[in-house]
Amino acid sequence: MEEINALLQGFSVALTPYNLGLMMVGIILGVIIGVLPGLGGANGVAILLPLTFSMNPTSAIIMLSCIYWGALFGGAITSILFNIPGEPWSVATTFDGYPLAQKGRAGTALTAAFTSSFVGALVGVLLITFLSPVIARFALRFGPPEYFSVYLLTFCAFVGMSKGSPFKTIMSMMMGFALAAVGLDTVTGQLRMTFGFTELLKGFDFLIAVIGLFGIGEILLTIEEGLEFKGAKAKLDMKVVIETWKELPKYWKTSLRSAVVGCFMGIVPGGATPASFMSYGIAKKMSRDGAKFGTGLVEGVVAPETAAHAAGTSALLPMLTLGVPGSPTAAVLLGGLLIWGLQPGPMLFAEKPDFVWGLIASMYLGNIAGLIVVLTCVPLFAAILRIPFAIIAPVIMVICAIGAYTVHSSMFDVWLMCVFGIMGYVFKKLDYPLAPLVLALVLGDRAEDAFRQSMLASQGDMRILYSNSLVGSITTLALLLLFWPLISLGLDALRGRQAPASGAQ
Amino acid sequence: MQESQDKSAVSSKTMEIAMALLFLLFGAVVSWDSYRLGARWGSDGPQAGYFPFYIGLIIIVCSAIALFQGFAIRAAKNTVFVQRGQLKMVLLVMVPTVVYVGLIHWLGIYVASTIYIALFMWWLGKYRWTKYVPVSLGVNAAFFLMFEVWFKVPLPKGPLEAAFGWN
Repeated sequence: MEEINALLQGFSVALTPYNLGLMMVGIILGVIIGVLPGLGGANGVAILLPLTFSMNPTSAIIMLSCIYWGALFGGAITSILFNIPGEPWSVATTFDGYPLAQKGRAGTALTAAFTSSFVGALVGVLLITFLSPVIARFALRFGPPEYFSVYLLTFCAFVGMSKGSPFKTIMSMMMGFALAAVGLDTVTGQLRMTFGFTELLKGFDFLIAVIGLFGIGEILLTIEEGLEFKGAKAKLDMKVVIETWKELPKYWKTSLRSAVVGCFMGIVPGGATPASFMSYGIAKKMSRDGAKFGTGLVEGVVAPETAAHAAGTSALLPMLTLGVPGSPTAAVLLGGLLIWGLQPGPMLFAEKPDFVWGLIASMYLGNIAGLIVVLTCVPLFAAILRIPFAIIAPVIMVICAIGAYTVHSSMFDVWLMCVFGIMGYVFKKLDYPLAPLVLALVLGDRAEDAFRQSMLASQGDMRILYSNSLVGSITTLALLLLFWPLISLGLDALRGRQAPASGAQ
Repeated sequence: MQESQDKSAVSSKTMEIAMALLFLLFGAVVSWDSYRLGARWGSDGPQAGYFPFYIGLIIIVCSAIALFQGFAIRAAKNTVFVQRGQLKMVLLVMVPTVVYVGLIHWLGIYVASTIYIALFMWWLGKYRWTKYVPVSLGVNAAFFLMFEVWFKVPLPKGPLEAAFGWN
């Protein structure tokens, strides 16, 4: 029950009026970010990160993680009311959420979405509370080869879990690694791939990449459609909320199943988006009303929302315990930790218990605050969506430019952001996944260090990745995931079924 | 936006191939530069190019496969990458944005942003000046207060701010 004590300590850190205030600010900002097109959890946090450099790290991460929770909640609002997913993970919410809203049951859909988000997050946080100290203690024994194999596992999981072409996933990931290698090599002091440009000395900052790829790229994609929002009216009165709450316990099985799927996909870096689709699919198969999915079933809202929020939350578990983020937003938060001088990983639990447990406690409080805020302020947030795109778009562009500039106070970064923006647009349209690129850019240096140190220890012998049972089993798992697209093809062929075409058409 | 049914500007096949070629080039540059630095085993361990060299190689292999897959797309399955009307919209946003970033250099971010938001609203949103003047000024005044006064994060400033003694 050490965890409970530590958690109570954490609550005493998080429960100061200042931190509670930041929590509310974070949630409200987060919901706005989640509702607006072009701004999402990852780039929203990336833009606001430089503003927190002067704050104390615990307060800063509480605010930033609350932005993340807010964005997770906010995505549901646009999906249900406008049939426009504000975030990729709320795409699956539109399937049943929007039909519900069209039937005039927007309130029910919203309540169901928010409540199941909350339940999903709660499961995720409980998992973090009880599992992360165990993993952290276990990870204390990790040496460079173990770390490298964990990185390998992370990146192979992307290949195995992605729906699109595995080659495109690998290409986008390797591009991240290559960009991370640009600049001064800290071990040898040599310049890598700078080609004489002094601007490239410090390398590519992933924050700029995130702002460009997700922010500008998203705006360009949205503008293509020549946006016009036509939304359902949003009103949430307490009666509807309570009625929906009475209905929700019926779906406890769906909820539980989705939460498990979500947690699993969050820890293994599959991320919230595939988790939401997967649990929607499973719920459809398992439910008695499976055939009616897509016509406006509350269950069809519960499943993806629970999973998305559970995945989004549990993505922080590997980030905190191993220093390996499970999602782009977790990657940005990890970048923040590094900037504040905190080394994520097992030592963090031993050295900065106040910080870790303050953060975990704030996850409980933040999600409760989030639920209250979204339930009470839906009309307000829906009003933001009614602001025409011709006003919202340039303002978001300006915010992105300011965000990119403030990272290093450099205009070169703003230009870089534009380049990344165009890249993000083309990548999205050709089904090159962006998350592996961002994660590789964040982890590139650390993965390389782990690789170099392992190679030094073994004098260049790759067999060090099988030198003991721990590192061996992680590596095996990684390779299994890497070749999963091939393996599943083979399995399908064995079963005599027609093998589905791999790759994105 | 009425012409969204119009002809394709670029097909997916062309873009897939172009992208694969770009990646191929990128992989080649990465491997070549890493090889130049030394991608072997030095006296004190792996050289600087050791890790990126293999990254470059993997990019080359995968982009070669992607290139092959791109060429293999049959005409029937070749979809539209972007329609002309869409491309026009995207360029209508992207070109002013690039000009805007250029303007930041000598006008400062606040003045440039005011012009950018106003132009965007006027040009793409067809708003009257009674709308775009207050919005663009108000938004930037808010940014100015937030960054320069409240958070004390200095952003690029130009001649206008200098005239008022803010620097």
